[in-house]
Amino acid sequence: MLPSELQAAQFSGYPPQARQLAIDHLDLLRRLPLAFLPLLLRELIAYDWKFPAERRELDSQFLYLAGLRQSTAPFAQLRLSNELERANWVNEPAQFSEQLTAHLWATHQIDQFRTAAVDYVHKLNAANPPPPLPAPRLGLVLIGQGVGENRYRLFRKLRPHGTYFNRLNPADGRKVLLEAVTARAAAYPAPFAHWYLEGGVGESPDCAGLSCLSYRGLDSARAQIVSDMTKVMESGIGPEALRTKLARMTPQDLGIRDGVLNRFQLSVLTEGSGTQIYSTTFVQWAARELLRRAQPMTLLARFAPRLKEQSIKDLLAQERQKPQLDPDGSLRDGDMGAYYTWLNQQRLPGAEQARFLAWFEDHGEAVVIGPGIKSGAASSEAIGLKELVSRVVA
Amino acid sequence: MFGFSPSPAIGTSHPKKVVVVTFGGGARDEETLMPDGQENIPHLLNDLMPRATFFSQVINKGILGHYVANASIATGVYETFNNFAAVPPNSPTVFEYFRKDLKRPPSDTWVVAPSNGFNLIGESKSRSYGPAFGAGVILPKRLLAAALHASGQASMEHLLHDNYETPMYTPELAGNEIELHRMAEVLKLSVDNFTAHARNLQSPDELSVYIARQLMRQVSPSILWITLHDIDIAHSGTFSLYVDAIQRSDRLCLEIWNAIQNDPEYAGKTTLVILPDFGRDSDTDPGGNGFQHHRTGDPLSRTTWMMVLGPGIRENVVVERPIEPTDLVPTLGSILGFSPNQSQGKPLAEVV
Repeated sequence: MLPSELQAAQFSGYPPQARQLAIDHLDLLRRLPLAFLPLLLRELIAYDWKFPAERRELDSQFLYLAGLRQSTAPFAQLRLSNELERANWVNEPAQFSEQLTAHLWATHQIDQFRTAAVDYVHKLNAANPPPPLPAPRLGLVLIGQGVGENRYRLFRKLRPHGTYFNRLNPADGRKVLLEAVTARAAAYPAPFAHWYLEGGVGESPDCAGLSCLSYRGLDSARAQIVSDMTKVMESGIGPEALRTKLARMTPQDLGIRDGVLNRFQLSVLTEGSGTQIYSTTFVQWAARELLRRAQPMTLLARFAPRLKEQSIKDLLAQERQKPQLDPDGSLRDGDMGAYYTWLNQQRLPGAEQARFLAWFEDHGEAVVIGPGIKSGAASSEAIGLKELVSRVVA
Repeated sequence: MFGFSPSPAIGTSHPKKVVVVTFGGGARDEETLMPDGQENIPHLLNDLMPRATFFSQVINKGILGHYVANASIATGVYETFNNFAAVPPNSPTVFEYFRKDLKRPPSDTWVVAPSNGFNLIGESKSRSYGPAFGAGVILPKRLLAAALHASGQASMEHLLHDNYETPMYTPELAGNEIELHRMAEVLKLSVDNFTAHARNLQSPDELSVYIARQLMRQVSPSILWITLHDIDIAHSGTFSLYVDAIQRSDRLCLEIWNAIQNDPEYAGKTTLVILPDFGRDSDTDPGGNGFQHHRTGDPLSRTTWMMVLGPGIRENVVVERPIEPTDLVPTLGSILGFSPNQSQGKPLAEVV
């Protein structure tokens, strides 16, 4: 089926708000090219469970598309197959997206698509400037929980962008950072604007006034997903079918209530590779997705030790060993994760005013980035974390 | 896994040999050649680079999936099949060109590879070539899983990662008795010795290199193709494990080079080629997630390097002009004396 043949009744399987939005914009949808429309529908079908920032962007996108008919013309030049035309792209846009990707790679059109997509997003963003933020964004990342001595050169990718401190007083550090986040949540209350992301397995986060996500809190959901993944793969159907099955999972499948936060949690576990197994990957991917989707004003992300990868020698040991943690490897994962979290924060509106702090938990090393903070500098100043945070947010 | 019975190549040895090592889990320049990455590849940089002609820009214009990319390197044609499908390449492989043109026996070309799909990389669908001229393929992880099964340790099998694209992929075990029997026949290696050795190894790539060395000792193939895969642990999102795997690959490359120099069947007549199949996504592309995947098709994910060492190869030379991985097969054709007439690439004048 081609977009021009779309009928309102075909959206009957969509959730209520998404369905209404589709029907309201039916004429517009009919004019969009097949290489573009299902990708828009992939976002639209989840409208009822999207964060406020995502809804605002999707609403703006409809306005933009209605005003600029030629904005999707480069997508119309892509050669698609009859098989793609026959796909159920209205009700399964995510699956269509996977098929489209494979087709574009196989037909050497992926670069053309990529150019068209980048250009479209740039023009869309330029046409729809976001509303001003009540305060600059703040990202706080803790890495290295449980690590004693460390010889790895930390914050190597962040240091060029800010000032590195190596004589920080770490006393009450986590408490200080949590207080900073909760104070911002109280000062600038808004739904899904202030987040605490906890990667540890042994502690319950204090989430007063914040939107919270914890690795431990998703233990049973993770266990069920891993069990399902194992069963699917043992059936021999392969990675692509597994991905499709994961994409179709709902909160109900995991015995949890539906809603924006639970849908987000589910997406972290079903769309992120490795999030089900490694806590460091969970935190990094969840932070990426939070920043991309919820566009929070404040994010506190804490990396904690992940499971140790077992060697063949370990696997073949006569006695099964209890799963062990890998604090040192997790510190390096967290170091890269902190860098990626900063990069993702900098992709959001207001990047030039955004502030960032990454701290080696319970140690004296940290790096801070923001307006007025020297880039590529190092400081041996003895300073408490509370004072450092106050300088960053000042 | 073993499509034929071995016939010793000794006595009819080809005057030149080639060992190709691909990193079948793309590695980025940032973690290898760039200043911060150089600490991860001390052996490649300090031991092998001074003896090599080094191509600093190998640009992969094909599909960035490991099986299809390795198949493209092996055929010299950008293959377009589904990366996860169990299909042979469409175009003739380097093994088929070599064996048909030079009338080489089946035992003269071998592939040691990770499990995902690679069992079909040895021979193409091509009507003019195909099974009669293909390479033997050994999948060490599958072999180990079969050995464990045979020794009653089946409960361990599921822990041997087959495919890092999804961490839970478990290989089907079938026909393992035949595979193990043939392993013993070809490699002169009993199941007990194989599993005993495996007990001292850290990773699947170490197992692959162990098998490759057994092949060199027992069969001495003229073309030995080794695909290392540990690096693809990057798909799990753990940066430290990805870097550990790069460091392991670096060490294993030196081990392979030393094995070549210490084996009379190989020393002085073997060209060693080392190349990642492609890179991984850049940190700055918002469509990706940095090192974790290779999905954006951005320049960093397409650009990698290649190192060529051996007799007649100029040492300590850096070639900065862009080349493509499909140039490898025609280059090997020039070195070994076969005609890869369907290849899209061109022989690399710097090493032929």
